[in-house]
Amino acid sequence: MGRYVIRRLLQMIPVFIGATLLIFLMVHVMGDPIAGLCGERQCDPATESRLRQEFGLDRPVWQQYMTYMGHVFSGDFGTAFNGQKVIELMASAFPVTLRLTLVAVAFELVVGVVLGVLTGLRRGRPVDTSVLLLTLVVIAVPTFVTGLLAQLVFGVTWRIVQPSVSYTAPLGELILPGLVLASVSLAYVTRLTRTSVAENARSDYVRTAVAKGLPRHRVITRHLLRNSLIPVVTFIGTDIGALMGGAIVTERIFNIHGVGFQLYQGILRQNTQTVVGFVTVLVIVFLLANLLVDLVYAVLDPRIRYA
Amino acid sequence: MRGAAPVTRAACALAVALTAASCGGGSGAGAGGPDGVLSSSWGDPQNPLEPANTNEVQGGKVLDMIFRGLKTYDPRTGKARNALAERIDTTDSTHFTVTVKDGWTFSNGEQVTAKSFVDAWNYGAHLKNNQKNAYFFEYVEGYDKVHPASGRPTAETLTGLGVTGPLTFTVKLSQRFSTWPDTLGYAAFAPLPRAFFDHHDAWLAKPVGNGPYEVESYTRGAQMSLRAWKGYPGSDKARNGGVDLRVYTDGNTAYTDLVSGNLDLVDDVPAAQLKNVRADLEGRYINAPAGILQTLSFPYYDPAWNTPGAVKVRTGLSMAINRRQITETIFRGTRTPATDWTSPVLGAAGGYKAGLCGRACAHDPAAARRLIAEGGGIPGGRLTITYNTDTGSHKEWVDAVCNSINNALGNDRSCVGSPVGTFADFRNRIGRKKLTGPFRAGWQMDYPLIQNFLQPLYYSNGSANDGRWSNARFNELVNEANADTDTSTAIRTFQRAEEVVRDQMAGIPLWYQNGSAGYAARISHVELNPFSVPVYHEITVR
Repeated sequence: MGRYVIRRLLQMIPVFIGATLLIFLMVHVMGDPIAGLCGERQCDPATESRLRQEFGLDRPVWQQYMTYMGHVFSGDFGTAFNGQKVIELMASAFPVTLRLTLVAVAFELVVGVVLGVLTGLRRGRPVDTSVLLLTLVVIAVPTFVTGLLAQLVFGVTWRIVQPSVSYTAPLGELILPGLVLASVSLAYVTRLTRTSVAENARSDYVRTAVAKGLPRHRVITRHLLRNSLIPVVTFIGTDIGALMGGAIVTERIFNIHGVGFQLYQGILRQNTQTVVGFVTVLVIVFLLANLLVDLVYAVLDPRIRYA
Repeated sequence: MRGAAPVTRAACALAVALTAASCGGGSGAGAGGPDGVLSSSWGDPQNPLEPANTNEVQGGKVLDMIFRGLKTYDPRTGKARNALAERIDTTDSTHFTVTVKDGWTFSNGEQVTAKSFVDAWNYGAHLKNNQKNAYFFEYVEGYDKVHPASGRPTAETLTGLGVTGPLTFTVKLSQRFSTWPDTLGYAAFAPLPRAFFDHHDAWLAKPVGNGPYEVESYTRGAQMSLRAWKGYPGSDKARNGGVDLRVYTDGNTAYTDLVSGNLDLVDDVPAAQLKNVRADLEGRYINAPAGILQTLSFPYYDPAWNTPGAVKVRTGLSMAINRRQITETIFRGTRTPATDWTSPVLGAAGGYKAGLCGRACAHDPAAARRLIAEGGGIPGGRLTITYNTDTGSHKEWVDAVCNSINNALGNDRSCVGSPVGTFADFRNRIGRKKLTGPFRAGWQMDYPLIQNFLQPLYYSNGSANDGRWSNARFNELVNEANADTDTSTAIRTFQRAEEVVRDQMAGIPLWYQNGSAGYAARISHVELNPFSVPVYHEITVR
């Protein structure tokens, strides 16, 4: 187990270097960021070359990348164009997005799994059909439509919540955005759980458990659910990374100052330091989430063992 | 306390869901009257908040609240009037003696003296400080020493500035510039306290100035809380308790917040909402002229556009555009068809001359077709208009302009838009001088003078002369106007220079842009100044 974890962690190093290099090059290809700093006019050439020098843009790309990586390993993610340290931006943005992601995952787990079990056990009944239809609608409608609609209905028409989230982003204000962010994945989780439960409900071990005279709730939670959740856990694990990176749309609609906001701003201003820094951390989150999923397998399925 | 808040919020949302009662969200502070605090939409400033380093409207908004310079612009007429300047004397338009009013302090108690100005200007001009507005000091003698076009600076301070007393200083310009005192209301010319130089990082984290507001707290990228400064000595004291500026990434969210009562003031109503705004806000909507002119510029470094025939083509293109229809349908009256190269906010006395463009700006498809044919047709056979897609709603109007041109020429393929993803990349392409067709150019004035609408844009190698247009006659007239000590003749000379721009159709004027703002019922006396920034200190809270 320990060796397996170490091996997986070591595998992350090349992925990390490759990912940062790719992003670095992509932002670089977008062109020179200095030109956008002076409004609708040319920066005066002297200031322009000073700025270029300060941000290290006057050197060749490979050199810029090496310096950047050198700084990253000493914990310095550089400075954004507005003079703010990228590490400060991260410190303010990641907790917010993490909270939003957790709210979303909680929705996926609770609502998604419950609906999945419910429909899986009542295949073909009205409950099953209507939930299936509902999930189909949710999957078909893009997030920005759900988001704007939810904002309009709950925030403006009914005034149950504030239409935007204040900058401290307390948990209570993140419930609606979290639900919107989770909506599509939630539908997938429901469908995955449903299929899985339906399939396992006919399996031998469930029949045995029922025959033994175990109470129904015990059959479902201990025998049926434990085996049915394996594909769901895989999905949610990979989804954590996707949710954090994909929150750009939701964060924009609800004015949440998280990772999506910083990335969006960074891309518009072609701020290499911000974009590469944030995406690098996202890549790490994604890799760690995947590792965690693999480890949880072993817990769910005793047959799986890592050497 | 902090930990408890989310729970109550959640409980509140639940309770409301059950009982359908209202849960007092609303705008931060509940108090009204002279201590009432209002909330306003904001965008994250692009540059550090130093006066000589802020060249966009979001940072400028804050500087306008926390600083007062020698001059200030009247929020209604745009006329420059003395603020901290007791008087600015000159006899030859080159040597100026500035007397600063006595009794002014920064909000930290430090006296505002002549030295506060001179130090600030020296800081703004010096190359090592990377100030993006440094060129505002280019007319001061010695600028080429502290800010050489290439190489290292050879001096620490501008030789043209000299402190002659606690409240007096002299300025020597490198050329005659009669309207120079009127430029001093621009934020770059603000005075700076010692704290700015001694504890620079701390100052940037919480700027200290001498304006009607002081910064109470500033969370970068999220919110700035400004409170009325009780000790403000000026006559334009704040009539409210303060302003909370909140950063929004999407103008639509800010607008939704305004409609639902979560925000008090939005100073840029998104184009998509313009058709609902009057009904949504029951008339609490302002649509006021601002000093912004949208034009199409041309790449004069491309020889095809630099011929006598191309003048006719450009004039023809200008006549092909149905300005009225576009401003009414796409912008719903928040733009006005342009008939000169300045802005109505200057007023007739300031140099605005309605109809100066004449027939060349009137919609006349038949004449347009004839002129373009006479000029040898569009260079390259097809017109591509380059624009950026990340700000404003440029795509809509570029497509509409192309449509106008296509209709006039009876050819569906004679004009297409060429979108560029980001503003930075757009500026890059302009800077590289590789464009072969016209491109979008929006000019927001720095200060309300006709000079600011002409010299930076059309003077040879002007800072915003992106198309590199060059005309000896125009340069001559601008020099003559700048040297004129009589303001009204200077303005007439500028207008003659503007006629050169018209006759050559150096840039096609499209429309004057208005500022638009919507506000909540709990605030009143909301106005936009000619820079399309709300006049915060005049707003009252109910």
